[in-house]
Amino acid sequence: MINDKLQNRRYTVIIIMIIILAGFIVRLLFLQVIDPKYKDFAESNAFLKKTIYPPRGLIFDRNKQLLAYDKPAYDVTLIMREIQNLDTVELCLALNIDTVYFKKRMVEIKKMRGYSSYTPQQFMTQLSDQEIATFQERLNKFPGFYVQNRTLREYSYSGAAHVLGSIGEVSQKDIEKDDYYGMGDYSGRDGIERSYEKTLRGSKGIEILLRDSKGRIKGKYKDGEQDTEPKAGESITLTLDINLQMLGEELMRGKVGSIVAIEPATGEILAMISNPGYDPSLLVGRQRSKNYTALLSDPVKPLINRATQAQYSPGSSFKTLEALVCQQLGGISEKTLFACNGPSSAPIKCTHHHGSPVGLLNAVEQSCNPYFWNAFRATVEKNGYGQGNDKFRLQYMVWQKAVKSFGLGERFADSDVLEQSRGNIPSENYYNKMYGTSGWRAITIRSLSIGQGEVLVTPLQMANLASVIANSGYYITPHLLKNDTMLAKIHHTEVEPQYFPVVNEAMWRVFEYGTARWHKLKGVEMCGKTGTVDNSHGKPHAFFVGFAPRENPKIAICVVVENAGFGSTYAAPIFSLLAEQYINGTIERIALKEQVVKTTTNSNVQNLME
Amino acid sequence: MKRSNKIKFSLDTWAVVGYFILVIMGWISIYGASFDMESPDGIFSWEQRSGKQLVWIATALALGGIILLIDHKIFYFFAIPIYVLTILLLAFMIVAPTSIVPNIKGSHSWIQLGAVSFQPAELAKIATSLALAKIMSAINFRQKKWKQFILPVVIILIPFALIVLQKETGSALVFVAFLLMFYREGMNGMVLFLLLLFIVLFVVVIKFSLVPVGADGGTLGMILASGIVLLFQTFYGYFMAQKRKETLYLLGGIAVVYIAAILLNIKIKLNFNYVAIATILLAALYWAVLEIIRRFRKFWLIIVVLLGAAAFSFSADYIFENGLKEFQKDRIKVLFGMIKDSKKTGYNVEQSLIAIGSGGLTGKGFLNGTQTKLKYVPEQDTDFIFCTVGEEYGFLGSAIVLILFLLLLLRIIKIAERQRENFNRIYGYCVAGILFFHILVNIGMVLGLMPVIGIPLPFFSYGGSSLWSFTVMLFILLRLDAAKIERVR
Repeated sequence: MINDKLQNRRYTVIIIMIIILAGFIVRLLFLQVIDPKYKDFAESNAFLKKTIYPPRGLIFDRNKQLLAYDKPAYDVTLIMREIQNLDTVELCLALNIDTVYFKKRMVEIKKMRGYSSYTPQQFMTQLSDQEIATFQERLNKFPGFYVQNRTLREYSYSGAAHVLGSIGEVSQKDIEKDDYYGMGDYSGRDGIERSYEKTLRGSKGIEILLRDSKGRIKGKYKDGEQDTEPKAGESITLTLDINLQMLGEELMRGKVGSIVAIEPATGEILAMISNPGYDPSLLVGRQRSKNYTALLSDPVKPLINRATQAQYSPGSSFKTLEALVCQQLGGISEKTLFACNGPSSAPIKCTHHHGSPVGLLNAVEQSCNPYFWNAFRATVEKNGYGQGNDKFRLQYMVWQKAVKSFGLGERFADSDVLEQSRGNIPSENYYNKMYGTSGWRAITIRSLSIGQGEVLVTPLQMANLASVIANSGYYITPHLLKNDTMLAKIHHTEVEPQYFPVVNEAMWRVFEYGTARWHKLKGVEMCGKTGTVDNSHGKPHAFFVGFAPRENPKIAICVVVENAGFGSTYAAPIFSLLAEQYINGTIERIALKEQVVKTTTNSNVQNLME
Repeated sequence: MKRSNKIKFSLDTWAVVGYFILVIMGWISIYGASFDMESPDGIFSWEQRSGKQLVWIATALALGGIILLIDHKIFYFFAIPIYVLTILLLAFMIVAPTSIVPNIKGSHSWIQLGAVSFQPAELAKIATSLALAKIMSAINFRQKKWKQFILPVVIILIPFALIVLQKETGSALVFVAFLLMFYREGMNGMVLFLLLLFIVLFVVVIKFSLVPVGADGGTLGMILASGIVLLFQTFYGYFMAQKRKETLYLLGGIAVVYIAAILLNIKIKLNFNYVAIATILLAALYWAVLEIIRRFRKFWLIIVVLLGAAAFSFSADYIFENGLKEFQKDRIKVLFGMIKDSKKTGYNVEQSLIAIGSGGLTGKGFLNGTQTKLKYVPEQDTDFIFCTVGEEYGFLGSAIVLILFLLLLLRIIKIAERQRENFNRIYGYCVAGILFFHILVNIGMVLGLMPVIGIPLPFFSYGGSSLWSFTVMLFILLRLDAAKIERVR
């Protein structure tokens, strides 16, 4: 070779080439194999993940009457980056909004957490067919805007709003708690919609679309191989009898109060009425927030479910429970007699007229206050007061525990009724704090004996009490979903069955001979107990607790009409008519019904069905 | 006819096989890159760029075949006339009317003749290679005289300047590739080393030009640059020139200068850039004194380098700010990570990295690349063609392509080295250098390691002009090589 010395330089050249190309290979190794971030970038670049919303499950009543179903609704979404040459005025016209709202909304969207100009953002949600029609026609004029199919709730009946609940947009908290939800999703806010949200919602589907660098959709990724189909929500059947429910709502017109009806054998809630109520369709779609605000500021508070959230002193209807617990704890027996001095009785006077001395049966039937004061006193003082009041306090605890075993003073924890108040059966500590450990005696808490004072109950708890008496000693957790497994949730009270017949008899006599005798139903023997509860807001609350028929009870009901007057006048006929409807399937006492419907106790109540 | 039969048997099979594999892979990649998901056509469809590329491949093969039939002496004898004609053509491009030479994105590098368009810059690479081979094969380079390189450098600079005037700076830069051949032919290796040094200096000065040091306008870039220069002279003085004591004195002196500067900075505001330059100049003075008084005669190089480095470091900022166009500055800033701008300048490279990075180990499969199919990567069938390879065939596919390129380069060097004629060897090294430079810059660019310079990836990028020129360039070498084997037989 000619220049052999320089020949070795080829190795330098070769080494340079190898080093540089090896460097490229190492770089490739990092880019492609080691660093995962480019794969994520590629996904957000090219994949447009479109959510497909499933239809929500239907809701039926116990007789398979459809209560709630879906109608199509539409969301307007936008991808900020794709918006071009937007004619704001035309868009606003098409959507029937003003430009101020448009600008406000655009600012809001950009401020939202997790906002990205690459992903679809909700511009307007839950528009109806009519509201979207113009926009849909002109959609091609608004690049970057999309229409997303959704569903809206539609209701067959104007009632049962509190039971069904409503659906609203999820909050940031919901999204953090459950990663199923995303911005702009909807979920059950209250009632059945909330407690069975996971059943009703189904599962969202995802369609993966390919998007090119200009944002145009180029078809499905791998022909939809990796898409997930939406799964429709499951339909559910409630324990509610919609006919009974609607009758109850009709009967409550012009009144403030509530009704709870339970099937004693199963704990199934047959009707749950809270008046004033509202049409559930008011809280659907775009009108939701406006109507919600209006309802929230209504002075009669229609949004509260009085059937489960309002707390009252139960008054005389509590005496049925008192009679049972005092027998069980040995304070009295069926044969115990106490003297009654009528209105001059002390410390509690009697408001009724009956012979003296009086026995348990008559005392319940006649609602004799002195009898129950004496019975309560005999029960809690059974072991005397002891040193530092300890024996008395111990016995009070026994009494309290027995009362609470009827489902009072606590929420029904295993129930699907989510909105509940606890009520109050005062604990020992409650009085210790108020009076000191040795500062309270039977006489201090005498109001408890007649269901006044500190004791508080909800209508649901009182209906459940009627259920317990109907069942002679136990109840099944009141619930709204028709489901046999609920039967396992049986709760035995601390009162043994042998103490029930006398109370049952007395409640029957209320209908046969007592305060409710005007509202007897031909052919059906019924048991009940009125209550007229004094309160600080005006006229007494009218209470009625009872069940029917006496043999094999099918329905247990609690009726509360706030500030109405006597329980026998205002609550008892409602009970009677509901029992008739449920047992006979129809109302024959048209005149009575008309009379009840026309009765107005609170002129502020707006009548929904008129 | 007799000769052509011999040629067939004496062709370098490995080079030809490598060429074919790369061209076919390029063709498939072009199909993948230009595939339209909405109207999927076959790879042979004329509507697709792959269909058109097939025509370019066929014509390129025809050209290659013609070259194999030509007498090999023609390339030697006509090297200069070809070169002169090419230069005239390049000059014509600058003054030609736009009907023949249209203005494409500001550059006047394409000749339009009816349906055919051609880039004379591509031809210039071949012509310059031949001219260099002809001139340099006549010179005896064993004397290692730098004057011998004057003519070759002029031969390179003429087409280089003409192409720059056509506003095709990317294509012009390819002429740097001839340094590799110069090195093989006897150029002092220090030139390559110094080139590297100056690139490093430029990168350091620009990249850290925004990091302040001291109160009065000093930058980290300059301090680091002076550090690198110091490292260079320490290495040279201590190890290569074996003047250990003197080198250590210098280090001590520079340390004293810096300490003094830091102490002074407490009282007076100092611009540390001047301190950095001062250390370099003082070092140069120091070596010069030693050179003259102690007659070292070894340090003239280091003195030149030091002065050059001082001037370069000080003016790099200025050159960068004033000598480059805005988009060129942006491309460099994006490369150095000094600005992040995914919408404009950074977009191409970012999308390129996403496409390649999302390929993973084995890739998404033929026609399954989402980033390239959905046109996220710009110029994806020409300059950014490697993205398709990266996305659809993953790390394994990309590495195989790079290894194939390396094997082809090594084969070309092997061919060049086995030539008896200096002309053939020099030409061979020119081919290797040009191919290597294209691969280095193109793949370096798509991998985000080089600034965006629009030059094609040999055999892969779509287009007739570059495929023809690489084919002709390679086949001339194969023809010259085949002639050698003829003579041996």
